[in-house]
Amino acid sequence: MSIMKRISLIFRSKANKALDKAEDPRETLDYSYQRQLDLLSKVRRGVADVATSRKRVELQVNQLEAQSTKLQGQAEKAISVGREDLAREALTRKSGLTSQIADLKAQHAQLQGEEEKLTLAQQRLQAKVESFRTRKETIKATYTAAEAQTRINEAMSGIGEEMGDVGLAIQRAEDKTAQMQARAGAIDELIASGALDDVSQVGAGDDIARELDAMSSESDVEVELARLKAASQPQAIESGDILSESPEKTTTEDEQK
Amino acid sequence: MIVRILGEGQYDVADDALDRLNDYDTAVESAVEADDREAFAAALTKLLDGVRTAGVPHEVDSLDESDLILPPADASIDEVRALLSDDGLIPG
Repeated sequence: MSIMKRISLIFRSKANKALDKAEDPRETLDYSYQRQLDLLSKVRRGVADVATSRKRVELQVNQLEAQSTKLQGQAEKAISVGREDLAREALTRKSGLTSQIADLKAQHAQLQGEEEKLTLAQQRLQAKVESFRTRKETIKATYTAAEAQTRINEAMSGIGEEMGDVGLAIQRAEDKTAQMQARAGAIDELIASGALDDVSQVGAGDDIARELDAMSSESDVEVELARLKAASQPQAIESGDILSESPEKTTTEDEQK
Repeated sequence: MIVRILGEGQYDVADDALDRLNDYDTAVESAVEADDREAFAAALTKLLDGVRTAGVPHEVDSLDESDLILPPADASIDEVRALLSDDGLIPG
């Protein structure tokens, strides 16, 4: 039973090292209890930290998904005004976002997993700390310092193991979260720099993005115009005629071809 | 006996399940020694599943020490190596 035995032995020796040799062994109970409460608040903070990271990733996913939807809309509009080049560009950008979104969603799932694990670790530790507190009071009330040692050792080694386990869980969660925060920071920077083509941001974006945007608002105008015309003379409108009826639109297209 | 899976909690495992778990444990150990990551992940999954299937959760508010302690389910081969070294992963 080698791996299991070896890990157990190392855990135990660590827990024993953590036992302080106080003059009155009953004092170690209070000291250990204080450390347990510290660890409990540390694991609570850990849960909150992971939740913050998870929410940040959620926000990024929402941002990129909104961007993706917008590019899809722009592609559709570009096709409807016969600008296949722009539609292609919008769809290319959208496909770049799709892989980013998938990556972020995987991170999100991982963070959610860490959060659940830490929450359960917190609940387990909480239950054991409660037991320890009761046991501690009993030991202090019932036994003399000399008699107490064995009982104290029993209580301490059990909680010591749990504390080692929770300490390890916090450390692993912190490591994972730190890695993801670095990546989330990189994505925030990419969004800020416009490299992810966040044309939805005012003042951001390149020529093609601006052209897509301009075209969007132009064709929005055309659609709105057609709707108004339809309302005033419903018999004259067919959907295919809407855009060709606009002289402004036709000029722009000729120039660009 | 009481078996702890790190990050998961303690299980009561009947002694007659130990032979099978020992086989899985040997597989984990040889994968660590051979630095075979694929075999390691498969063997660790089998070992932990074996404990979860054979065992029942130990009372959560008990202060009992475990007889055996196993690595977390998502541990890497390097983490297990660190767990096995005295100044490794376990916060002191």
